[in-house]
Amino acid sequence: MRYLPKSPAEREQMLTAIGAKAIDDLFAIIPAEYRLTRDLDVPRQQGESEIVAYFKAAGQKNATDYASFLGAGCYRHYRPVVIDALVQRGEFLTSYTPYQAEITQGTLQAIFEFQTMIAELTGMDVANASMYDGSTGAAEAVLMAMRVTGRQKAVVASTVHPEYREVLQTYLRYRDLPTAEIGYVADTGRIDLKALDAAVTEETAGVLVQSPNFFGIVEDIPAIAEIAHKKGALLMVSIAEAISLGVVRPPVEADIVSMEAQSFGVALSYGGPFCGVIAAKEQYLRQMPGRLAGQTVDGNGNRGFVLTLSTREQHIRREKATSNICTNQALVALMATIFLTVYGKEGIRELAEHNLAKAAYAAKTLSTQPGAKLLFKDSPRFHEFVLQTQEPAEQWSQRLLDEKIVGGLDLGRWYPELKNATLWCATEVTARETIDQAAKVLAAAPVEA
Amino acid sequence: MAATVEQIERKTLGKVRPHQTQNEGLVFEKSAPGKRGYKLPPLDVPEVDAKAALGSAYREEKAGLPELSEIEIIRHFTRLSTWNYAIDLGMYPLGSCTMKYNPRVNEFVARIEGLAEAHPYRPESLAQGILEVIDLLQKCLIEITGMDTITLQPAAGAHGEFTGILLVRAWHESRGNARRKILIPDSAHGTNPATAAICGYQVENLKSNPQGGIDLEALERQVDEDTAALMLTNPSTLGVFENEIHKIADILHAKGALLYMDGANMNALVGKVRPGDFGVDVMHLNLHKTFSTPHGGGGPGSGPVACKKFLEPFLPTPVLVNKEGNLHWDFNRPQTVGRVRAFYGNTGMFIRALAYILANGPDGLRQTTEDAVLNANYIRKNLEDLYELPYKTPSMHEVVFSDKRQAAKGVKTGDIAKRLIDYGFHPYTVSFPLIVHGALMIEPTESESLEELNLFIDAMRSIAKEVEETPELVKSAPHSTRVSRLDEVQAARKPILRWRPAAK
Repeated sequence: MRYLPKSPAEREQMLTAIGAKAIDDLFAIIPAEYRLTRDLDVPRQQGESEIVAYFKAAGQKNATDYASFLGAGCYRHYRPVVIDALVQRGEFLTSYTPYQAEITQGTLQAIFEFQTMIAELTGMDVANASMYDGSTGAAEAVLMAMRVTGRQKAVVASTVHPEYREVLQTYLRYRDLPTAEIGYVADTGRIDLKALDAAVTEETAGVLVQSPNFFGIVEDIPAIAEIAHKKGALLMVSIAEAISLGVVRPPVEADIVSMEAQSFGVALSYGGPFCGVIAAKEQYLRQMPGRLAGQTVDGNGNRGFVLTLSTREQHIRREKATSNICTNQALVALMATIFLTVYGKEGIRELAEHNLAKAAYAAKTLSTQPGAKLLFKDSPRFHEFVLQTQEPAEQWSQRLLDEKIVGGLDLGRWYPELKNATLWCATEVTARETIDQAAKVLAAAPVEA
Repeated sequence: MAATVEQIERKTLGKVRPHQTQNEGLVFEKSAPGKRGYKLPPLDVPEVDAKAALGSAYREEKAGLPELSEIEIIRHFTRLSTWNYAIDLGMYPLGSCTMKYNPRVNEFVARIEGLAEAHPYRPESLAQGILEVIDLLQKCLIEITGMDTITLQPAAGAHGEFTGILLVRAWHESRGNARRKILIPDSAHGTNPATAAICGYQVENLKSNPQGGIDLEALERQVDEDTAALMLTNPSTLGVFENEIHKIADILHAKGALLYMDGANMNALVGKVRPGDFGVDVMHLNLHKTFSTPHGGGGPGSGPVACKKFLEPFLPTPVLVNKEGNLHWDFNRPQTVGRVRAFYGNTGMFIRALAYILANGPDGLRQTTEDAVLNANYIRKNLEDLYELPYKTPSMHEVVFSDKRQAAKGVKTGDIAKRLIDYGFHPYTVSFPLIVHGALMIEPTESESLEELNLFIDAMRSIAKEVEETPELVKSAPHSTRVSRLDEVQAARKPILRWRPAAK
C-alpha cells in the first residue's frame, strides 16, 4: 500500500522488538467473536490514475458546461489562483489546530488577520476563527443571544434562508426556546416591521434577520435594531452573501453578525465545506462560541499569537461550554483571508459594484420579457432578485436546460404564496450573453395549440 | 556535560537543526494605498450607481482591508506557512487527533471542475456524478462500521455527536419518554459532555475502572430507566479496547438505553472489527482523522453519523435514495430530527475520503490499522522504561504515559512536549485524558516509517535524560522556534483579537 512507509522486514523487526509473534497478537484484546475474519466489502485497491479517472468521470456526469443563475446561499465568484497555490502548502494544509503556539504561528497569525478583516467588513468589534457555515453560525448566534440576555424566546424573519431556519429549529428542538416567525411585506420583500414590533417582547432574547435577505433584498437594519433594542432584545444579522459588504452598509446596529464567507474564494463544491463566522460587539465576547486567536508576547517580548479565552470552550468547560464546537473551518477561513487580501479595500468595492451591475442588467432584461415580472422591484437589492413568470418554472426551466443554462431557483418549495416565482442570481462571472440568451428562452413561450 | 542553549542553536538535535525564519508583519502593516493584487475584466453591462441603487443601505466608508500586490501576498502567506509545523515535515503524534498523511491525490480530485463547481441546488439530473460519489462513500462507511445506514451531513466530529444524540433523543421520544441523562466516562473528550448538554440532557459522569475501562458494576448501578445513552469512545482515550463491550451494550439495552460510540479512534479498528457487530447503536466518524482529509490548521472536518436500522426514520433531511436507477434527495421524512446543516454536508471532504478508501482497498485499510497499532506498541515498548505507564492494559493505536517520574524533577508533561519541538517533532497531546495526571498521549498513526519512529524514540529518551541532568533546559523549551513560550495569561486578561491602525 503506497501510503504505508514500511517494508515487510521492518514490520517483522518491530514485532520482534515488541515481543509479539504476529500482528494479530496486538489485537488479542478484541473478543474473538467480533474480529472481522473477511475482507471489507469495499472497492479493491486502486492506482492513482484509476482514482483520478473515476472522479473525472463523476465530474463529467455532473455536466460541467452549464451556465447558471443559481445563488440562494451558495455563490459562484471567480477564485484567484493564488488561493489554491497557498492553501495547498503542506504547512497550512497538514497542520492541526494551533494549540502549540510556538510551532503554529503561521496559522495563528492568519486567523488573527481573518478576525480583523471580518470585524472590519461587518462593523463589529470582534470576530471568531470560524464556524461550520452560515446555517449553524446563525443557530449559534441565537443561542448566544439567549446566554447574553438570559431570555428564552427568539424572533426570526421568514426571509432568513429557509435551510438556515430549518437548522435553527433543529438546534432549538430540545430547548425551551420557542421562535416566532415574522413574515415579509408583499410589496417590498422586507421584514414586516409592524408585525416585528408586535412580536418582540421583554421575553425576547433576540431577533434574527438576514440581509441581503433570501430574496436578495437589503433589510432596514437601523429600524429593525430599534425595535429589538427598545425591548432589550439583541439583533442578530445573518449575511449569506459576504461580498455584498463591499457596497452594502454593514449592520453596525447589530449585536451579533453571523456570516457565510463562502463567496470569499471558496468553491461551490455542492454545498461545502464553506466558512461560517460569528462577529459581535466586544461586550458579548465571553459568550461567543468557537475559537479566538489573540495577540500576546513571548518571553523575549516578541509579538506572537495564541488561541485564547478558551475557558468558553468544550475542552476546558465540558458540559458548561458555550458550544460543543471543536474542529471548525480553518483552511477555508484562510482561503477567505487570502481572497480578501487579493481584492483588498478597493477591490471588494469594485467587485461588489460589478455584481450589482450584472444583477441589475439581468433583472431588467429578464423582467421585461412578456409575462415576466420583477417582484419587490423598488427595494434595495444586491445581486439576487425574484422573477415571477406566467408559466410555472418547470416549463421554462427545461427549455433553458436545453440551452445549457440553469435558471433561477423555484421558491414555491418554501414560499407557496409566491406563485411561479424564482430566485435568480448574477455575479461578476455571469456573462451578458448568457443573460440575453436566458431572456430569449423565457420570452419564447410555446404557442398554445 | 549537557549542552548549553547557545550550543543547541548550532547542533543537530534529532532530525533538525535550526535555520533562519523570515520575519513578517501583519498583512495590514504591509498595506499601502494604491497597491493592487487584482484586475477585474471590463464590465459588459451598464454600470450602476451603487449609491443611487442602494440609498441609505449604501456603504459610505470602505472596509479597512489591506492593499497589496500579488508577489507580496504570495510572500506574506508563504512566510507565515514556514512558521507552522506540519505532517508534511514530520511525525505529528497528537493523541486522539490521528494526524496521518493527507494524500495529494485527494486534493487533486476534490478540485476536478465538475465536482468543485457543482451548485447544491442544480437539478438532480445534472448532479448524478456527485451523488454517485456520496452514495459510494456512504456504502463504504456503512460496511466499515458494520452499521445499517448513515448521514454525511454533520460538518465535524462534535457536530456528528450532536446529530447522533439527537437521533437517540428522537427515538426515545417516539417511545414516549425522552429520558433525562447521558452517561459519559471520565476519560471522554470534552465534546461529549458539551454535546449532551446542548441536546438537553444531564451529564452523569462514569468513573473508569483501575484498567482505565468502563467499570461494569458502576455502569450497572448507574444505568436506569432515565438513562438515554452511554457515550463511549472505543478504543478509549487511553488507546485501550473495551474488551467487555458486549456486556456494556447488554447492560444498556436491558434498560432501554442506547450505546453511542465516539468514533474518534476508529483508526484502530478499520478492517479488524466493526462497531455495528459489537453492539453500538449509533456512532460518528471523523473523516479528517480516520479517512485522511486534511486538518488544515483546525478544519474543515466532516462527521458522518452511522446508525442501526431502528434509528433511520430520524436521520436529518434530506436522505439520499435510489429511485429507479437515479439518485435523489428525499425530503419527505416525517420523523426526522431536522436539518443539522444547510445543503448536504462538507461534500469536498467526502470526495477526499472516498479517494482514500479507493487508494487503500480492503487490504490497504486493514494494513493501515495494523501499522497504526504496531507503531503505537513499538513506541510503548521503547519508552516504557523511562516514562511511567499508568495503565498496563494493551495499547491499540495510541499509548498514554504520565509525567510522574519527570514531575519529581519539576518537569511536567507540557515541558517535555515543548522540548520535543526542539528535536523536530510536534508535541503529543498534553494533559489528556483527564484521568491520567500529567498525561503524554502519543498517537503515531500508520504514516510513520521505522526511521522516523526511532528518531522520535531517541528524542524522547534524550529528553528523559535531560530531565535528570539539565531540567531547566527542558522547562524553558522550546529554544529553536521563532517565538518562545507565549504569555497566555496576558492574552486572556486583556484580549487583543484584531489589529487596529495606530492612532494618528
